[in-house]
Amino acid sequence: MKYKLATAALAAVVAAGPAMADLAFSVLSYRTGPYASNGIPLADGQVDYYTLINERDGGINGQKIKVVECETGYNTEKGVECYESTKGEGVLVYNPYSTGMAYQLIPKVTADGIPLHTLGYGRTSAKNGKVFRNVFNYPANYWDGASHAISHILDVNGGDISGKKVALVYHNSAYGKEPIRTLEELAKKHGYELSLLPVDHPGQEQKSQWLQIRREKPDYVLMWGWGVMNQVAIQEAANIRFPMENFIGIWWSGSENDVKPAGDAANGYKALALHNLGSDYPLYDDLQKYVVDAGKASGAGDGVGSVLYNRGLYTAMLSVEAAKTAMEIHGTSEITPAMMRDGMEALVMNEEKMTALGLPNFGPEFEVSCENHGGNGYGAVSQWDAAAGEFKLVTEYVQSDQEVVQPLIDEDSAAFAAENGIESGC
Amino acid sequence: MFYREAGDFKTSYSDDSQTFPIKFDRYRYYVVLLVAFAVVPFIINDYWVNAVFLPFLIYAIAAIGLNILVGYCGQVSLGTGGFMAVGAYACYKLMTSFPEISIIIHVILAGGITAGVGVLFGLPSLRIKGFYLAVATLAAQFFLVWLFNRVPWFYNYSASGQISAPERTVLGVPVTGAETQPWAGYLICLVFVFACAIIARNLTRGMAGRKWMAIRDMDIAAEIIGVNPLKAKLSAFAVSSFFIGISGALFFAVYLGAVEVGEVFGITKSFLVLFMVIIGGLGSIFGSFAGAAFLVLLPVLLKNVLVGAMGWPTDLAAHLEFMIVGALIILFLIAEPHGLAQLWRVAKEKLRLWPFPH
Amino acid sequence: MPEQLVFATEVFLNGLMAGVLYALVALGFVLIFKASGIFNYAQGVMALFAALTLVGIMEGQVPFAHLINAIFGTEIHHFGWHVPGLVAIILTMVIMVALAWIVNTLIFRHLVNQEPIILFMATIGLAYFLEGFGDIMWGSDIKKLDVGLPQGINLWIDETTFNIFDYGFFIDNLDIVATVVAALLVVALVIFAQYTKQGRAMRAVADDHQAALSVGISLNFIWVMVWSVAGFVALVAGIMWGTKSGVQFSLSLIALKALPVLMLGGFTSIPGAIVGGLVIGVGEKLFEFAIGPLVGGATENWFAYVLALIFLVFRPQGLFGEKIIERV
Repeated sequence: MKYKLATAALAAVVAAGPAMADLAFSVLSYRTGPYASNGIPLADGQVDYYTLINERDGGINGQKIKVVECETGYNTEKGVECYESTKGEGVLVYNPYSTGMAYQLIPKVTADGIPLHTLGYGRTSAKNGKVFRNVFNYPANYWDGASHAISHILDVNGGDISGKKVALVYHNSAYGKEPIRTLEELAKKHGYELSLLPVDHPGQEQKSQWLQIRREKPDYVLMWGWGVMNQVAIQEAANIRFPMENFIGIWWSGSENDVKPAGDAANGYKALALHNLGSDYPLYDDLQKYVVDAGKASGAGDGVGSVLYNRGLYTAMLSVEAAKTAMEIHGTSEITPAMMRDGMEALVMNEEKMTALGLPNFGPEFEVSCENHGGNGYGAVSQWDAAAGEFKLVTEYVQSDQEVVQPLIDEDSAAFAAENGIESGC
Repeated sequence: MFYREAGDFKTSYSDDSQTFPIKFDRYRYYVVLLVAFAVVPFIINDYWVNAVFLPFLIYAIAAIGLNILVGYCGQVSLGTGGFMAVGAYACYKLMTSFPEISIIIHVILAGGITAGVGVLFGLPSLRIKGFYLAVATLAAQFFLVWLFNRVPWFYNYSASGQISAPERTVLGVPVTGAETQPWAGYLICLVFVFACAIIARNLTRGMAGRKWMAIRDMDIAAEIIGVNPLKAKLSAFAVSSFFIGISGALFFAVYLGAVEVGEVFGITKSFLVLFMVIIGGLGSIFGSFAGAAFLVLLPVLLKNVLVGAMGWPTDLAAHLEFMIVGALIILFLIAEPHGLAQLWRVAKEKLRLWPFPH
Repeated sequence: MPEQLVFATEVFLNGLMAGVLYALVALGFVLIFKASGIFNYAQGVMALFAALTLVGIMEGQVPFAHLINAIFGTEIHHFGWHVPGLVAIILTMVIMVALAWIVNTLIFRHLVNQEPIILFMATIGLAYFLEGFGDIMWGSDIKKLDVGLPQGINLWIDETTFNIFDYGFFIDNLDIVATVVAALLVVALVIFAQYTKQGRAMRAVADDHQAALSVGISLNFIWVMVWSVAGFVALVAGIMWGTKSGVQFSLSLIALKALPVLMLGGFTSIPGAIVGGLVIGVGEKLFEFAIGPLVGGATENWFAYVLALIFLVFRPQGLFGEKIIERV
């Protein structure tokens, strides 16, 4: 009973906290637990961008940003606790950075009227805004990613890959199974042979899978991995001397963390990218000046410009832009989550906008609409340069094969709508 | 003073053998029930239900179930996560296949299915003992999780392999799905906890419980005095799995709403429930509640104190939380190896004599 | 030889190598269980902690940097020096011995004569504590561990087998090193246990605490020693696995790979851990090779346990476990 009382008192303090004058943005971070090495730069990128907006511009149109950080440890139960404890603070948008948590939050945010943004993860069919009113997954999703990888292979082979062998090494979970259907559909279309190699969590031991790859000699290997599985897979690929330029990971398998343990052997490894890489942008000078040098950085400052840091920053940037759009639509700077949703739905990202922000060519151009919450499905391919120690984009942003992806999204979202009795909006 | 037996006369056998023989205890119990059923539902909000009460109640069911197996029957099991997954998936399949039947029946049936699976994986217990058995039950854990991940029939062939609870109502009030009111979810879990605790309490002090305890204390000796180890061990597995299945079903349907088997019902869940049972006290129903409360509330409390009140960075707070929980577990074990329930018992003994301890 | 048989042979050899790595982790469990009856759940976390400490010392990281910076507002991260691998290993060993002493003095001395499950629980508390402590001390980002072990395909084996079977076998150099190290470790442990005074004292304690005490053996000393040796084994396992995947949180999960090995080999037998490791390694790899494709793969995790389970049904005390004699 003692504990309950103490928490009651605390919860009261939290609930009676600051009035909702500031714009609250949540950062559901995981700086601990099995995925901490990925969670730290993701969270730092978001927090630093919000800090920059506060320090340099004095907030968004004069409204200060309040960052509500909550540690989930990549644990769905803690995620629920975090969501419930922070939503009372008027959080405008959630980015849980975990597919499991995203699935749990989808019904909850829909009931509470708070938008959820899952950038490059989460439920793919949430792209259908008619069914998923409060969920956004722009600029691209897993099925787009599968298509990007195949497009890239097509590109390299001059447009003909019939008879080629493609293997998919995937984390044996909901996340890892996402691309299978799309890859199968694409295999029908392009005539390649697909083989599937699941790796069980956590993925420290992958000898069987890579021996099989060595025996069957696929021309290309795709990977949907996360955490330690990435490092081991890249190491094993190097061990069997699989040509790294034929090894393509999803954007969650393409950070410095994943390739560095393998050292020089990882040189040439490719990963899909949702946004540009490195720190060679005007905005990063401001970031250095107002945040890092001012001692206000969320992390140690050495992660700035890494792939996942940039992803966090990109997420925060999109949220801030959506908030600006919402302010324009509703003509007020004190926006609510419902207004934020409208802003996200009307979000337009183009080159002028990104250049004005000091991030020229940082992400693909896309438009969100009521029917389409997932952007236009553009993505690029990046490649690891071990000598320089950085990923670099090696292609332009290309659009995924909408002919294949869109019907799948319609089918899955229709099934969800039927199962849950949702009438489609718009 | 007021907590004593003197003057509390019993005039019938049923009075004498009731669960709370001391008047003060009995009234305290009624007050707790009254508060839980009639006061709490009116004052709780989303945060309290989802962050504190639901996990506490559901883990309490799981802990009671595991306590029957480990605490009463002495068979250490690390398959709890897997059995909870059976409950969750059984409930999901039933919910989606027979939407017109009440969710309460589905949850109970899910418990029944889990009991069957539990018996199956309990069979090796007839040959294997102690830590060997604990590790052997891990086979159930890993196999079941793999199975639910692998066979699309279990998740209705959905594209992602996640299962989501559709909205179901009890007496017209939604208890699963996004529209659930905080009090509805809380009450449904409370009813199940209450029923499970009563059943468990009465089973464990009846013949079945005595047989289990005989097996726990020494199975060969028990066999010699006429306890059938096959029946006793398997019935313990069945009853335990039944409760664990119910908790798994509620965990999925009422608490989380959407579940991915590997992430939610992994090996860590098995360990967590075992910790609850051991910290709370082996062989004690109250201990199951105390252990669940300790491991659910403590992290929330620590987080609120360290991050909310003291403003620490969230990652440092999370690391410290681990250290404090670990240190507290060790401290408790050193202070009282038989768990919180034993501390409670000792406290009551002292209270009885207070204020004249000699 | 037919092609499938050649492949199976390659899988078999790799299974043996993987088995050695499992056995390395299992050894730590066996040592402590044998000497003190404690099922040390924290062994995996100890491996992580040892590897973290090793990398931290090698890279000249400031321990508790994050905590210090948060409290005092400073910006310190590195001492700016690099310690050579061997020196760092010795320093890490010193820390592991200190840890063994602390663990024994603060925890297990107070829990003498408790039931096994209580001791097991205490090691879980220890695991929690070390997990948080390791992260606070060294940070939770992923670290590259390089103590100069070779990695990658062994070309000599590749060529030789190519000449014989027309198919080059893949054997990882790191696995070969691990095998050699494991063999040396076992030989050293056996020599230590059979021929040194402390080793014999350790065996005496393992047989009967009270009898050992009555002939003048210091239980305290033996326990600290055993925990130190287990710490050393954890360090070796941490180096092997850490070289492969980088040092990170998941390293603590290797304990799960050791459990079926323990079941199979028996909790109290050092040769059992080795043989059990080999059987599990080969069994799970061959199963994945032969049956895996039929049932959709990723069978390794559960198959190891099921294999051990089936085995135990026929021999409940494990392969080399002491025969269970039950008296009423």
